[in-house]
Amino acid sequence: MGALTKADLAEHLHAELGFSKREAKSMVEAFFEEIRSCLRENEQVKLSGFGNFDLRDKRERPGRNPKTGEEIPISARRVVTFRPGQKLKARVEDFDDADVIH
Amino acid sequence: MTKSELIEQIAIRQPELSAKEVEAAVKIILEDITHSLSSGGRVEIRGFGSFSLHFREPRTGRNPKTGDPVDLQGKFVPHFKPGKELREQVNASRALGY
Repeated sequence: MGALTKADLAEHLHAELGFSKREAKSMVEAFFEEIRSCLRENEQVKLSGFGNFDLRDKRERPGRNPKTGEEIPISARRVVTFRPGQKLKARVEDFDDADVIH
Repeated sequence: MTKSELIEQIAIRQPELSAKEVEAAVKIILEDITHSLSSGGRVEIRGFGSFSLHFREPRTGRNPKTGDPVDLQGKFVPHFKPGKELREQVNASRALGY
């Protein structure tokens, strides 16, 4: 099964809500751009029933080049983390993996 | 930012859509992502990131009240990996003082 993409989401909005193809595409772009824009401004995004996008500031820490073994510090950085909400966790937990090999 | 604030912001940027339509669209987008994951699929949003499932091995947990051991089954948990563009933009915002 292929991954779900922005094109699939837009197609669904077109079919389900009667948005024109252009409106549907623009809506999908705006959805992700708005979340990204918030995160860029260091603001958490909370989508009830789905999950929260949080930001974490990480301090510099020692690292290694896995190829050469050379020690190089990993610079301080800000990262995005996603904490799934109860509803999403519960729905995913129910997935029956009988056909999946780990 | 909450879901209702997100809907308001998108509605401002999409003047051809009503707030009701944006609300319905947001609901469908989140439901599609959830549905894809709950059927074992992946979601790949270029420039934003990807959602997938991670498997948690079965383990023995404890009843927090009684301390009795409880066998917990293996389960799937949702995982989000930020894409390159999102990672870079968020990290660059640090330097801008946000």
